[in-house]
Amino acid sequence: MSREYEVSFPVKGDNFEDAGKVSVEIKRLLKGHGITGDILRRAAIATYESEVNIISYAQQGNINVRVTDDSISINIQDRGPGITDIEQAMKQGYSTANDRIREMGFGAGMGLFNIKNCSDSFEILSEINKGTLLKILINR
Amino acid sequence: MNLTLLTEKLNLEVRCCKDKLDREVSGGYMGDLLSDVMANSKKDDVWITCQSHQNVVAVSVLKEHAGIILVLGKEPDTDTIERASQEGIPLLVTDLPGFEIAGRLYDLITV
Repeated sequence: MSREYEVSFPVKGDNFEDAGKVSVEIKRLLKGHGITGDILRRAAIATYESEVNIISYAQQGNINVRVTDDSISINIQDRGPGITDIEQAMKQGYSTANDRIREMGFGAGMGLFNIKNCSDSFEILSEINKGTLLKILINR
Repeated sequence: MNLTLLTEKLNLEVRCCKDKLDREVSGGYMGDLLSDVMANSKKDDVWITCQSHQNVVAVSVLKEHAGIILVLGKEPDTDTIERASQEGIPLLVTDLPGFEIAGRLYDLITV
């Protein structure tokens, strides 16, 4: 039986009430497809941070997860402000989050850093005033 | 150690999921930055925090925490209790600061 599987979820910007819901759903689906242990843990962290990024900074976005025999590829495309300086954004502790976001415990400047740590390959493509695409690959 | 015993020993009050207190606790993590907790806490940890809003629940579900302890007399928001009940994450509260709860928890679990 093929283990290939693909699923997509829309995420609405500024919708902090639902932050994490899509990630919880994706984790359940991955678990249902036999993904466990460290791979599942890393996929959950990467998805969660990406989801929170859309909610914190973009108008809307989409999380696409594709599972194959060898890997989990997670692509996050958003419509938002884009990232001016990707190298700076990747630094742990750097954040452009406002006070409201920080008070809730988000926006600590750890998100992209966490995603990178959980990925076997991680790429950011961003266009100012258009949006950002995160390409995350986790080997199984 | 399970949550029932921990609740007794630390004198915690239970705000939801009384039926889930048989859950085993293997460690703890203290933090109020959600990304820090996502990155560094472990499955079966009890999470000590002063964040009382509903977003803590998704973090605990994803990390498979045994439960959440709100410190400094913080009460969970109504929607936090609702969501935690749906997801089966026990919410416990104490008037003590995080440092004291973490210290006592450490003694209980590691000794």
